[in-house]
Amino acid sequence: MTPTDSKAELLTHAQQIVDRAMRAGATDAEAVVYEGDEFSTKVRLGQVETLTESTSRAVGLRVFNGHRTASTSTNDFSNASIERMIRGAVELAKITEEDPFAGLPDASAYSTLRSGEGLGIYFDDVYQLPAKDRIEMARATEAAAMAADTRIQNSDGGTFTASTMHKWIANSRGFEGEFRKSYCGIGCAPIAQDERGMQRDGWGSSARTLRKLDTPEEVGREAAKRALRRLGARRVPTQRASIVFSREIARGIIGDIFDAVNGDAVYRNATMFAGKLGEEVASPLVTVIDDGTMMLEPGLGGFGTLPFDGDGLPMQRKVIVDKGVLQTYVTNTYTARKLGTRSTGNASRGLAGAPGIGSGNFYLQPGTLSPREIIAEVQNGLYVTEVLGSGVNLVTGDYSQGATGMWIENGVFTGAVEEITIAGNLKEMYKNIVAVGNDLVFRGSSASPCIRVEGMTIAGS
Amino acid sequence: MSSSATLHTANDPSHVQSHFGIDTALAHRCLAAALSAGGEFAELYFESVTSSSIGVDEGIVKSASQSHSRGCGIRVLSAERTGYSYTDSLEEDRLLHAAKTAALIASGPATVQVQGFVTATVHDLYPVVGLDAEITAKLALVQRADHAARAYDGRVTQVRAGFSDEVKHILIVASDGTWASDTQPLSRFSVSVIANDSQADGGKGATARGSGGGGGRVTLDYYTTTRTPEYFAEEAARQAIVQLTAKAAPAGEMEVVLGPGWPGVLIHEAVGHGLEADFNRKKQSAFAGLMDQRVATDKVSVADNGTMPNRRGSLNMDDEGTPTQNNLLIENGMLRRYMSDKLSAKLMGLPGTGSGRRESYSSIPMPRMTNTYMLPGQDDPADILRSVKRGLFAANFSGGSVDITNGKFVFAASEAYLIEDGKVTAPVKGAMLIGNGPEALQYVSMVGHDLALDEGIGTCGKRGQGVPVCVGAPTIKLDKMTVGGTGH
Repeated sequence: MTPTDSKAELLTHAQQIVDRAMRAGATDAEAVVYEGDEFSTKVRLGQVETLTESTSRAVGLRVFNGHRTASTSTNDFSNASIERMIRGAVELAKITEEDPFAGLPDASAYSTLRSGEGLGIYFDDVYQLPAKDRIEMARATEAAAMAADTRIQNSDGGTFTASTMHKWIANSRGFEGEFRKSYCGIGCAPIAQDERGMQRDGWGSSARTLRKLDTPEEVGREAAKRALRRLGARRVPTQRASIVFSREIARGIIGDIFDAVNGDAVYRNATMFAGKLGEEVASPLVTVIDDGTMMLEPGLGGFGTLPFDGDGLPMQRKVIVDKGVLQTYVTNTYTARKLGTRSTGNASRGLAGAPGIGSGNFYLQPGTLSPREIIAEVQNGLYVTEVLGSGVNLVTGDYSQGATGMWIENGVFTGAVEEITIAGNLKEMYKNIVAVGNDLVFRGSSASPCIRVEGMTIAGS
Repeated sequence: MSSSATLHTANDPSHVQSHFGIDTALAHRCLAAALSAGGEFAELYFESVTSSSIGVDEGIVKSASQSHSRGCGIRVLSAERTGYSYTDSLEEDRLLHAAKTAALIASGPATVQVQGFVTATVHDLYPVVGLDAEITAKLALVQRADHAARAYDGRVTQVRAGFSDEVKHILIVASDGTWASDTQPLSRFSVSVIANDSQADGGKGATARGSGGGGGRVTLDYYTTTRTPEYFAEEAARQAIVQLTAKAAPAGEMEVVLGPGWPGVLIHEAVGHGLEADFNRKKQSAFAGLMDQRVATDKVSVADNGTMPNRRGSLNMDDEGTPTQNNLLIENGMLRRYMSDKLSAKLMGLPGTGSGRRESYSSIPMPRMTNTYMLPGQDDPADILRSVKRGLFAANFSGGSVDITNGKFVFAASEAYLIEDGKVTAPVKGAMLIGNGPEALQYVSMVGHDLALDEGIGTCGKRGQGVPVCVGAPTIKLDKMTVGGTGH
């Protein structure tokens, strides 16, 4: 194989690997081939600091020996290496143990969509700009932040990145499919400084096509605003107070719902939502949806939109929580079998190993109030703009994170706060969501409007 | 460079060539192409990694996998600028294409000649092991862990145990004459359990998780003699059982005692990252401009030591071909050294510290930690606990992070207890500690004599690149820290 191989040849390649694995003794096999390219540059204080440009590819194989399974992968496409990969998988599948739930999906279940055509997830314009124009995008983003205020004299740079990924998948049950995805993004991380100290923040914009990127000026100005408002941040005393999570942070809190309904955690009874189907798990204001088929607009798919999932099954739209009531778990083929249900099309497939579980476009349905209206209602509380740490326990629901944000008194911001923690239990936090904003925007595959939560503890001075 | 007695000559070049199929003439051609547009320094980083993993889950050995990857990353420096390109094909035309792509960071005629190669002398800190022959032995290990965790307590309901290992070959050739190679084994055992008790919490029932694990740059017999599957499994089960009865952590400022070992992640977050040279060169660190000034109480000394035999964070040489060192970063409270890579050392006029690391051939190297720990003090750990009227004893953490610029760090305790009148009492859950790196060091009032490193489970992330590290500390008392819980 050389880099001049046509795209069709790589699908043929995946099929050939499946065929060779079957001849080598596998009872079922699935091969996945990835090819990608990457361009990234960072301009710091007006000068190019790094520039990376590359292509790469790899192949992964999963084989079955009855109900035993194993997987192998390589990025060396020489015949000897491929042969080693195939023989390695077949040998490994002899030493693993019988798992009655392991196996490929039934042939009848596969997605009829076999390519990304029409989904609007690949645009070749991410590579149309010459390198000097890409560098200029990064430079202009940083320059806009630096020009915003004299208190910004340092920066961790402006960036431009573009990448594409092409994936082919084939298996011994007759499924074959492929899709391409494109990505581009700009961002910057300015450092603001005054006599009270140094603060960094950042902002970025990403899209599947250059046409949908925010301008460097918009991104730079927003990044500057975010760094500047952190200057002079203080601590607040330990107390209970209202908390408004900005949409960037609410996205993580709502994202924890996805992890708590992950079929893998459910069958292990390792999540607070195990056994809660049909029960009220959140405020009636909360409706959460996972949609792997969503179009952001005609001709433009969401960041989590694909023609098929990692098992080759159709992507679906599911209401996970409907007005506070838990409707479904999310599963791939394996975890659906464990739970005695049908897959919800949430298999995610890396290069090696069994498929995991991933979201489509996962979001909290917006409410009617603007963020400004929600903040105006708060007498005494915190608007959270950043959380730090990994203090989320999905088994118990215990939630404790470092936080940065703006203090709210009588409905207006009274200055930045930092070096505090916010803590609660997710089971109660979801029920204590008393307001949902109308500011839903998809900046990635998951999104949320801002939310207001009551009953949490702030620990500070 | 260290003059340690363990230094030896790098691997026989013919051995390395069997992995990468390159000789000095080809390396010279690639470097010349990389310097063709006027770059000041060029480097080829060849890497080949074979890895395997096996896992038991619900009592069944459900998974086994093997992966191989290889590639070459080519870097060109021109003043503060870095051009980078990588390829997973080691054919000469692909290497030359990557070299010419990276070269374009500079613009002008070639000005620098490739120096004659000198084979580097590096440490000999770990064994050279293979992966392939021992799969059934690994399978037996994970099965033993599964049995041991279940046998520990009837309330253990779910057990997952896994063993993963890799062997990485690297060869670094640079225009400054560097020719350095290493073979780096790395393995890790991990066990995670879920425990259920329907009677706990006054009949409401409780579920808890626990984890154990460790490893390093060791041979497989480490796991049958020094740290057995039973050791890791019982630790995971013990943690989960303790957590079944844990109550809500307190909230607010209080005295905090950190246990020895993994709680040294505090040092990694609060101090270590802020002492990486790149953040200081760019004046982005809360520690910038504080060299040779007091940054902590005189009880605090911190080292980053890449030369410890068999440790997860150890390296015979860094990913730029520089032998690792034992670097004293803070000496009795005084800031003494930043960790640097070749670029930062040159631009800042610093000594090299062997700290240039990267995740893989597709990543640009930067200053990173290896094994980072606080040196032991004089205090008896029992006296440290006895000195606390009301506080928190943190025995284990699930992880931490830091904002380099303002120094704020957090870390989440996975196992913590109240201290009341000098005694460790009830277990608490959901405790988060938050502080400011330079400030937290001012509150270190007691340092135990019981330095321990973690079991070998850490992976440090920076700018999206993960590298294996160790952390460590003795028992430490901080007079004031904010604990973020929900209780009183």
